[in-house]
Amino acid sequence: MTDEIQSSADGRAAPGYSYGYLDAQTKRMVRRAVLKAVAIPGYQVAFASREMPLPYGWGTGALHITASLIGPDDVLKVIDQGADDTTNAVSIRRFFARTAGVRTTEATADATVIQTRHRVPERPLGPDQVLVYQVPIPEPLRWIEPREPECRRMHALEDYGALYVRLYEDIAHIGRIATSYNYPVMVNGRYVMSPSPIPKFDNPKLDRMPALQLFGAGRERRLYAVPPYTTVKSLDFEDHPFEVQHWETPCGLCGATDSFLDEVIVDDAGGRLYVCSDTDHCARRRAIRDGSATRAPWRDDTDGPEVA
Amino acid sequence: MYVAVKGGTRAIDQAHRLLAKARRGDPAVPELGLDQIDHQLGLAVDRVMAEGSLYDRRLAALAIKQAAGDLVEAIFLLRAFRTTLVRFGASVPIDTAAMAVDRRISAAFKDLPGGQLLGATFDYTHRLLDFALAATAPSATERPDQAETPTGGAAAEPLSRVADLLGRDGLIEAAPAPGAAEVGDLTRDPLALPAGRDLRLQALARADEGFLLGLAYSTQRGFGASHPFAGEIRRGTVEVEFEPEELGFPVVIGEIAVTEVDMINQYAGSAETPPQFTRGYGLTFGHGERKAIAMALVDRALRARELGEPVTAPAQDEEFVLIHGDAVEASGFVQHLKLPHYVDFQAELDLLRRLRRDWPATPHGDPVGDPEMAVP
Repeated sequence: MTDEIQSSADGRAAPGYSYGYLDAQTKRMVRRAVLKAVAIPGYQVAFASREMPLPYGWGTGALHITASLIGPDDVLKVIDQGADDTTNAVSIRRFFARTAGVRTTEATADATVIQTRHRVPERPLGPDQVLVYQVPIPEPLRWIEPREPECRRMHALEDYGALYVRLYEDIAHIGRIATSYNYPVMVNGRYVMSPSPIPKFDNPKLDRMPALQLFGAGRERRLYAVPPYTTVKSLDFEDHPFEVQHWETPCGLCGATDSFLDEVIVDDAGGRLYVCSDTDHCARRRAIRDGSATRAPWRDDTDGPEVA
Repeated sequence: MYVAVKGGTRAIDQAHRLLAKARRGDPAVPELGLDQIDHQLGLAVDRVMAEGSLYDRRLAALAIKQAAGDLVEAIFLLRAFRTTLVRFGASVPIDTAAMAVDRRISAAFKDLPGGQLLGATFDYTHRLLDFALAATAPSATERPDQAETPTGGAAAEPLSRVADLLGRDGLIEAAPAPGAAEVGDLTRDPLALPAGRDLRLQALARADEGFLLGLAYSTQRGFGASHPFAGEIRRGTVEVEFEPEELGFPVVIGEIAVTEVDMINQYAGSAETPPQFTRGYGLTFGHGERKAIAMALVDRALRARELGEPVTAPAQDEEFVLIHGDAVEASGFVQHLKLPHYVDFQAELDLLRRLRRDWPATPHGDPVGDPEMAVP
């Protein structure tokens, strides 16, 4: 991990800007905040995020973290909604290819740093990988208490009763907890944390994950972390244990029965197809099955505009 | 037919090309030069500099050109550039009493030392479209060639500030002395609440003009009434001084145009403080009178807690105002809804289907467990 201005190992970084866009001082500031976050799992560390050349709300917090961690030896994967080819994922991947000259990949297994929005890859991550989440609203108490000083007080006192009451009210009114994504978790038995808007299907993957998990919220100027092998428990009740979505239909392309599926409307008559949201996972399964990877039929192999 | 929200490299490239084409417009029309934007759309340049927090007319003009006139986008461009600049220190506080004034008015006094100086203003124009301007000929009514630049006693020497005149009699609270306290930096440290007035003013100076305007207006209509008088509005150029460590004395590094507003507000006093006027303060780069007035009103409203006034209105609520006023942040987050959300939507869709299947809802007090979240 290097800070030399305008000089990546292979010299491909964008001229006129620091390696990885952020200046060395800012990276140091972010790294300090990351270290503090790792030291206090689940605690939201305030940091002075900078304006990035991408809009707030589009992943600037994770960009800060990725820019501060990445070095010429890293291999970067960027996913949005589980897919490598969504426009924002492409845009962010290009940003780092341009400013840091890093190699990029779509293969989960090959990546050293994975920046993600709204999903955790299906393939289990290893201890040599870092997962960087884009976080829009870092505060899990925000919808209960809009005031920041009050939220901080509640965290300090472990005053999470209101959150449980809210979950209980769902059960009392409609028989189940009505939170299907951004489902709050307890980290290391101490801090309640927003896992970012991942579907609750992904929550169990956070628990004792061998990879370092970092969460960045640029606009809200917070970052937080789950160190490797840390306990992450989704909030629930003894008589209402946490449970995840599952589908009765397997993936229409690879036949997976254990992955998160996107519903695709395929015709005007309401015909539907369920396919893996994790495009790398799906492609790899099909490659193993067929002996060669194929793309989803509606996806343009040339990576162009997909308007049928 | 099915349209997937999947894009990729080529789609983005094509979108950028289309954008460049749309920005340029009809190639038969001469291209705008930065000097034209700077000199003929100067107020747009001023706003972009003010909210972009960077005093550079040429870069602001470039941002406006690149953003095809979308000022919030231009502000974003300038901010993203500014944040990469090296910060080598802070200037000596500017002295607006020493301003070379080109406009100075007080609504509190009919006349005052140095007089009222109207300067260039839209204020008393009749808002009638001047069709002569459409013909790119000099307007018959405006006669810019006959304009007199302020001369003589009025602008030649520094004008005392109205607040300083009132301050001599103790009628108005004193401005905090420069250097009395360490001044924070909003762009280098995360904003912690409650914030000091230094950080509040920084946030207001960068805040979206429209947002501040609406908030200021709300205070005038009873949502946190503050009964303001425009003590003084002054506009002109001030010198910026910097004191390099190795020199030990300040040197002038440039000159900037600013608009400064001092609002005077009633205050009944307390056990410690006699009744006196209080101040709301506004300052912007360039000509930003509307923004500066709105800023001064909101600054005063935000001092409610400090002055022991009840906090009842949005404009008095520090967290509400400071966290939501930044155009770059607000624009980004509001527009991030354009990004795909289909994973979360899928999760919600599943839940909704389950709820509909079980409808009408299970009776209160007898919650039924949901073994699986299954798609029918």
